[in-house]
Amino acid sequence: MSDIAHTLERPAGYDVERIRADFPILSRTVHERKGKKPAPGKPLVYLDSGASAQKPRHVIDTMSRFLEEDYSNIHRGVHFLSQRATDRFEAARDSVAAFLNAPSRDGIVFTRNATEAINLVANSYARTFLEPGDEIILSVMEHHANIVPWQLAQTAKGLTIRVVPIDDRGVLDLDAYARLFGPRTRLVALTHCSNVLGTVTPAKEIVRIAHERGVPVLLDGSQAVVHGTVDVKDIGADFYVFTGHKLYGPNGIGVLAAKPEILKKMPPFMGGGDMIQSVSFSGTTFKEPPMRFEPGTPPIAEAIGLAAAIDYVEGIGRDAIAAHEHDLLTYATARLQEIEGLRIVGTAPGKAAIISFVVDGVHPHDLGTVVDQYGVAVRVGQHCAEPLMERMGVGSTARASFALYNTRAEADALVDAVKAVKEFFGA
Amino acid sequence: MMDELRELYQEVILDHGKNPRNHRHPPDANREARGENPMCGDKFTVYLKVNGEHVVEDVAFEGRGCAISTASASMMTELIKGKSEQEAKILFETFHDLCTKDEDEHGDHGPVDEEAMEKLMVMSGVRQFPVRVKCATLAWHAMNAAIEGEDKASSE
Repeated sequence: MSDIAHTLERPAGYDVERIRADFPILSRTVHERKGKKPAPGKPLVYLDSGASAQKPRHVIDTMSRFLEEDYSNIHRGVHFLSQRATDRFEAARDSVAAFLNAPSRDGIVFTRNATEAINLVANSYARTFLEPGDEIILSVMEHHANIVPWQLAQTAKGLTIRVVPIDDRGVLDLDAYARLFGPRTRLVALTHCSNVLGTVTPAKEIVRIAHERGVPVLLDGSQAVVHGTVDVKDIGADFYVFTGHKLYGPNGIGVLAAKPEILKKMPPFMGGGDMIQSVSFSGTTFKEPPMRFEPGTPPIAEAIGLAAAIDYVEGIGRDAIAAHEHDLLTYATARLQEIEGLRIVGTAPGKAAIISFVVDGVHPHDLGTVVDQYGVAVRVGQHCAEPLMERMGVGSTARASFALYNTRAEADALVDAVKAVKEFFGA
Repeated sequence: MMDELRELYQEVILDHGKNPRNHRHPPDANREARGENPMCGDKFTVYLKVNGEHVVEDVAFEGRGCAISTASASMMTELIKGKSEQEAKILFETFHDLCTKDEDEHGDHGPVDEEAMEKLMVMSGVRQFPVRVKCATLAWHAMNAAIEGEDKASSE
């Protein structure tokens, strides 16, 4: 059912130690203590890549070198550096289009993050083409970034939001989804991979069902692009969004990949320089997409950094990464299940390497503070998904998210730290 | 490493966290306020019964959070009971300083007796864990809001 390609064997020849050496931050320690009772730091066990991934040397160096050698504003100057910077920025657009197998490079809009990409569609598309009483379909496992922009449009335009349920494992209820469509359904906005449960949704089927009814689809691929190969053309999504910083790129850069024919019809989301054809006080005309949606000076070095991150990921191979992460998921799941009183929240088949869990008698925030003292970084809280927390019957969870640089030994360190937590709290 | 943790999670905090005192809804409460920590989703409601002389005759809370927020709420109820509104506010301001400011920046908010100060100090280990300050002060913010006559407080 997954549209993210997985190979299930443990990858042969995946040299995780060599990969770790590419990430300078992974060799640091945390909580070193000086003073009266000095103690060495703990090795960093970074299991919070779902919130933001660490950056390989290739990304850091590419951005530094660009700033040192080629930096200038883009699309404006006639001088040497302006041309260099413009070429590299536009090459980054090509990289993203190829990475997603997007329908066209002209549909690739650079934004600050996935949140802004969704807000762009909500403000430009939904507020222009939807009428009072029209309906948007979301799911209960959306990140707040794929809920709140639609609620703002809902208030402004008098729209109705319908919510696709999930089962207790966190699997999207496709039958219920199909039944939510009515004569007023105008847009579907769903996650391609849950940031809390790891559930990978059947994107192609979601799009097929919507398109049969003439309804366009936005997919939030912020987690999905990290954990496997995404082919936007094959999936058929009208809008696909993701963010750079979870894909080992810098923060401050996100992507909206849209079908160019839809983008062409959409009015600007924000106004400014570099997005206009001609400005006068009697009327302003706008450039064609994607420029129409990139007002002002964009995140130039960040776009180039994102392209470097894509290079890096492609260099290792997305199938190899998916296989490595699948091995970590399987291993960590089995090890965590050894712990009495620990319950994993989100057990959908084919899920990505994200493990949310709760431990009887220990609040996730207390757990997070204690495992941190062992050098283990996990996310605790509601993960910007309050409706999902309510659906799963938990106030909050701890979440370990695995990335291309994590190891089985780090899963062991997490398990040991959680055991220490239980002992500490007598749970 | 464990020293800092023990400083934060002292025995008395673990005890109050597991067995919170005054964890109930008094039927005769005449003030209440909700406190929410959007970071973790913890929610508390603090109930006060304030009499005509502005004395807090009863104080209790509902809701559960982490060990820190629950223990802090529980210990707060013990500290506030029998105090005047003014005294309760002094305790809130004093505690807030203990959790969020270095010693030389603490303001003089009014007299706090030694026993109360000792109890406040127990909770102030949170100062070493800045991200947990909101946990420790959540119920206190709600209590302060209830005294001020507001129905909501955020530890943001």
